[in-house]
Amino acid sequence: MNGALSFHDLTVGYGGEPVLHEVSFALEPGEIVALLGANGAGKTTLLRALAGFVRPLGGGIRLDGDDLARLSPEDRARRGIAQVPEGRSVVAELTVDENLRLGALWRHRGRARETAIAQIYDLFEPLARRRSADGHQLSGGERQMLALGRALVSRPRVLTLDEPSLGLAPLVVAQLMATLRDAAARDDMTVLLAEQNITSALSIADRGVVLDLGRVVADAAASTLADDTALRHAYLGF
Amino acid sequence: MDRLAFLLATGLARGAIFALFALSLVLIWRAARIINFAQGAMALVATYLAFAVTGLTGSYAAGLAAGVLGGAAMGFAVERGLMRHAPHRSPLAGIIIAIGLVMVLQSLLGIFFGPQYRPMAAPFDEAPIFIGGVPLLSPYDLFVLVVALAVMGLLALLFTRTSLGLQLRASAFAPEVSRLLGVRVDRMVTIGWMLSAAVAALAALLLIPTELGLNPHSTDILFVYAFTVAVVGGLDSPIGALLGGLTVGVVMSLVTGYLGSTVAPIGVLVLLVVVLLVKPGGVFSMRQARTA
Repeated sequence: MNGALSFHDLTVGYGGEPVLHEVSFALEPGEIVALLGANGAGKTTLLRALAGFVRPLGGGIRLDGDDLARLSPEDRARRGIAQVPEGRSVVAELTVDENLRLGALWRHRGRARETAIAQIYDLFEPLARRRSADGHQLSGGERQMLALGRALVSRPRVLTLDEPSLGLAPLVVAQLMATLRDAAARDDMTVLLAEQNITSALSIADRGVVLDLGRVVADAAASTLADDTALRHAYLGF
Repeated sequence: MDRLAFLLATGLARGAIFALFALSLVLIWRAARIINFAQGAMALVATYLAFAVTGLTGSYAAGLAAGVLGGAAMGFAVERGLMRHAPHRSPLAGIIIAIGLVMVLQSLLGIFFGPQYRPMAAPFDEAPIFIGGVPLLSPYDLFVLVVALAVMGLLALLFTRTSLGLQLRASAFAPEVSRLLGVRVDRMVTIGWMLSAAVAALAALLLIPTELGLNPHSTDILFVYAFTVAVVGGLDSPIGALLGGLTVGVVMSLVTGYLGSTVAPIGVLVLLVVVLLVKPGGVFSMRQARTA
């Protein structure tokens, strides 16, 4: 139950054409790692491979030493990998409460489930006020809160987020990042945060891994990456 | 006026069955995005099973239970054995498989039971009760109405109040997100098929003794009406199936009563055409903009 996640020579592609080339890096338990890279660098593909939606062409992924290759997406979730996919992953036809409940189903039963859901409402007060609203009635910020809350309610070992800041106001992003950092510290959760918004990602990350055209081009402490102007210009476009 | 009351009451009882069968089509549509053209034939196999079990045991209840369970088993077998392996890229594959299945099932029933009509007794009196001098529903009609409404009520509770129902809905709306949350979506699709086929079997079991008679083609017309109901109500909408079913039942009953029974199917088809022209998505169709 540690949350040590590692990628070993992971090669992933669609229709035989690789998008990721022998990607290797590891996350220590409790570590927050920012996965950085421009559009098309392979961040989402890496997360989909971790979820089990695309089968690697080569290499593998391990969670606490166990190879995940043979596990279905739902079994990976039940091993404690929670993902917040890009965009509007909230189920629009279900209410806020039902979305949270869905996230808690496999993990908690009976009273423990109610407690876990109540804790998420404490964490995200705007959600508590809208618990019977349908997903499609929420604002962008509320949706991202709900997607994050729905992932946290299962007390994951590993949490991944794909572009959580996309389309959100800077203030909302800052709040989201602060909540994420606190939750990760409290639950001793390993976090893999894929972002194009480098500044906000590096502000809470311990370490950053930079992808370019499907290869790892940098893997260093967050502070080092933040100061490396040459690298930023070359791969991250600012 | 007496005649109108009688026709309305009978129409509601028949309509409840159309609603039940239409609801079974809505259940599969929501679970698997397939219009199951084999639903009638599958329900008919279950009805023959009930006929055989009632014949052996002499108990209507045993036959009814066997028919509903047999329907669920058919749903399981068809989903796991056939539909799961159909290519998902085009909806046509599932439709063609279903139509092929209709032919196979109807032929098998013909081989084993013969093409003739089999007598299937209703468990209650079919003569209408007079209320205030007006003939209204028969005890059997009342039984049908109560069973159909109770089953729909239970399904509504299942879908809105239980964890299984939540997972069934989530799997239907957002399969990929549901899998990320640990929901076993494949299992939910199978359960959806089993529920749906059991409900369809029940509808056929209720309607065949009084209306259709049991032969290898008796559910064809039930399927056509229920399909109309489902389309009129909106394939995504259980409420649409309920109200659509009652509407079609009443329309049929009125048209039969005032214009003759041969005109009734035309009346239903006219209703279908009108709805498709005015609101192609169905009267109760959900909003089109899916955001998840």
